[in-house]
Amino acid sequence: MSALLEMDGLSSAYGQSQVLWDVELTLARGQVMALIGRNGVGKTTLLHTIMGTRPVTGGTIRFDGQDITALPAHKRSRAGIGFVPQGRHVFPQLTVMENLETGLSALTGRGGGAAKVPPHIFDLFPKLYDIRARAAGFLSGGEQQQLAIGRALAGEPSLLLLDEPTEGIQPNVVQQIEAALVHVRDQLGMTVLVVEQYLDFVWRFADRYCAMQNGRIIRQGAIAEESAKDVAHLVQI
Amino acid sequence: MDALFLNQLFNGASLASLYLLAALGLALSFGLMRVINMAHGEMLMLGGYLAWMTLLVVPGALGILLAIPVAFLGAAAMGGFIQSTLIRHLSARPLDTLLATWGVSLILQQGARDLFGAIGVEVRAPEWLTGNFVAFGVTLPSARLFIIAIAALVLGGLALLLLKTRIGLLVRAVNQDRMMASASGIDVKRVDFTIFCLGSGVAGLAGVMLALLGPVTPNVGQSYIIPAFLVVVMGGLGSIVGTTASAIILGLFAALAQIFVDVSVAQMLLLVFVILFIQVRPQGVVAVKTRQLDA
Repeated sequence: MSALLEMDGLSSAYGQSQVLWDVELTLARGQVMALIGRNGVGKTTLLHTIMGTRPVTGGTIRFDGQDITALPAHKRSRAGIGFVPQGRHVFPQLTVMENLETGLSALTGRGGGAAKVPPHIFDLFPKLYDIRARAAGFLSGGEQQQLAIGRALAGEPSLLLLDEPTEGIQPNVVQQIEAALVHVRDQLGMTVLVVEQYLDFVWRFADRYCAMQNGRIIRQGAIAEESAKDVAHLVQI
Repeated sequence: MDALFLNQLFNGASLASLYLLAALGLALSFGLMRVINMAHGEMLMLGGYLAWMTLLVVPGALGILLAIPVAFLGAAAMGGFIQSTLIRHLSARPLDTLLATWGVSLILQQGARDLFGAIGVEVRAPEWLTGNFVAFGVTLPSARLFIIAIAALVLGGLALLLLKTRIGLLVRAVNQDRMMASASGIDVKRVDFTIFCLGSGVAGLAGVMLALLGPVTPNVGQSYIIPAFLVVVMGGLGSIVGTTASAIILGLFAALAQIFVDVSVAQMLLLVFVILFIQVRPQGVVAVKTRQLDA
């Protein structure tokens, strides 16, 4: 398997305080990687640094064979990185349909880009079609999460970054999101990097995990070889 | 008294139209970029001079209709130049933007003084705009009717652009969540640039309307920029609906106050009114949720 995303000596800082230290991480094509760790260890910052919505202060990021370290976020999105951030960040005053349409911007410059939201997103999340005319700010957390994933998928990414997709969401929606992520991996062949504290959830569909502590990656391994219990101490306080 | 009241009501409507055209660009760029462009008044001035020059080349009725796109495009180009050379490089420093654009305002005023003279130039409006229209015993000057119609068209066009087009969708997305917009593949800097050009162009168009009412002088923009700022502040910083509502309120207030007091006292009362309004309702006519801080 060739590498889709490679980080080499990556660091990031908020002003004077450094948050990421020398991160080395590689995601192979089609791999689902779980990024775990306690609150405040830099997981979200790492996703934002890959997306380009936080500055890189050292090191390099290569995506699909191209050095993207200096690219702004919208160019990384157009190169094929989709983002579902923590807190979902749906556009509150846009309708569900309009939110999905913003995701089509990622297709800019890829040639033959769709002008319409692809129907398979509604196959994945039928609820979104029923509520397509409603303002996203009024949706429940679970609906917003499905919308945020749908918006990222509308841009047909090859890498999907997800930040705590189960946070504050009721169990039956968590099942739908899990089914959607399995579909994304198996049917669409996407590579996924998912930040998650709910280990039993990611252990059901991820291939590998990496654990962070104090801005560094301290441990990596294959999901098949270690149980969620073995690594639980890396997440709990 | 009745006729005077109706007359002032009508004057208020045309004043509100001018305030609205002058304020829309400020509201758009503040809403999107949180920058205050002190040189915005000079876009009106530029529009006025462009109208004058257009009418020198093409006199008559056709000239004034031609002046509208010329002033719009000229001011939009000037706005785009200021945005791309100055404002975009200061985006993280709002106070510096204020000072820098104030400097641009002074340069543009002096430039106009050197080019066209300090006294100002007179735009000769075509005949169909110099006449009056009499209805219900009230004399309605055609030029003011024209201004109200143009303002309504601009507002309608802007609403269509923002609500029904792809670029409008991108503008609203950037306005609501800049980080997420760029992570969704939207070139936010290009959206900023487009909106700044559009806002400047609308101000240029307002300059054509000013030219129909009085002489175009190097500092004509200054006398409209203060009410325009008041409109934006009272409207709820960056909301188009709020800006429209507060332009109408302030235009009517200024005109109706003139029934009882003279023009300068009316100006003062306008300021007092806005100060009191902001005390009672600091979020403005329409409250806009502030942009989420970039995570």
